[in-house]
Amino acid sequence: MAEAAKSGAAPAPAKAKKKFLYVNRKAPYGTIYALESLEVVLIAAAFEQEVSLAFLDDGVFQLSKGQDTAGIGMKCFAPTYRALGDFGVTKLYVEKEALSERGLTVEDLQQVTYEDENDGFKAKPSIVLIDRAALAKVMAEQDVILSF
Amino acid sequence: MAYQYNGHTIEHDEEGYLTDISLWSPELALEIAKGENIEMTEERWEVVNFLRSYYDEYQVAPAIRVLTKALAKSMGPAKGNNDYLYELFPYGPAKQACKIAGLPKPTGCV
Repeated sequence: MAEAAKSGAAPAPAKAKKKFLYVNRKAPYGTIYALESLEVVLIAAAFEQEVSLAFLDDGVFQLSKGQDTAGIGMKCFAPTYRALGDFGVTKLYVEKEALSERGLTVEDLQQVTYEDENDGFKAKPSIVLIDRAALAKVMAEQDVILSF
Repeated sequence: MAYQYNGHTIEHDEEGYLTDISLWSPELALEIAKGENIEMTEERWEVVNFLRSYYDEYQVAPAIRVLTKALAKSMGPAKGNNDYLYELFPYGPAKQACKIAGLPKPTGCV
């Protein structure tokens, strides 16, 4: 929860929003990348930027269902992806090819939804399946791309 | 550094956040609140309990607007705003309410 508006560390005066895309390429727990990415996303979202996420390569495992970290003694942060909608992050692009290359389908991913405030707060899916070529276009539209 | 109450010793970091968040209890919340000069009224428990259930579900503290929306729903629109939250927790809902609720220090909170 950010308190930028009340603390001394307020951001610079309002500028036009920038489009940020966070690209996630690694499995969730073997390295710290996935968790670090998620934390930076939450911070960026608090500064009211236009934030979306992309999952490709082994990054698609970050959204897989039924994660259980009890055996490795790490915090299971998978449920936090479901809170992203509350932070205004409503687009999680998942690359189709990355899923199928790993024998996964969208059924293997957890459901992530957001409440659409322009449509009576109806719950809508956040996960957008997208093929490699279309994802390249999405990337081309961004102001900032951060790769984890 | 540790909180001590009723013979329990519960460690915390230099800012007062619990080292092991699983050790939280309502009694401990009262002890932490005392250190913040906060009296735990029903309204403050409402916030603390909401923070805990949200964290339990999502493993992250809620965005401020989620918190204010939940308060508006449960306590009426007059209380679903930032001003009300700062009235309850003068040093900020993140800094004080999360600490009392036994949550980790929220991400991105300076």
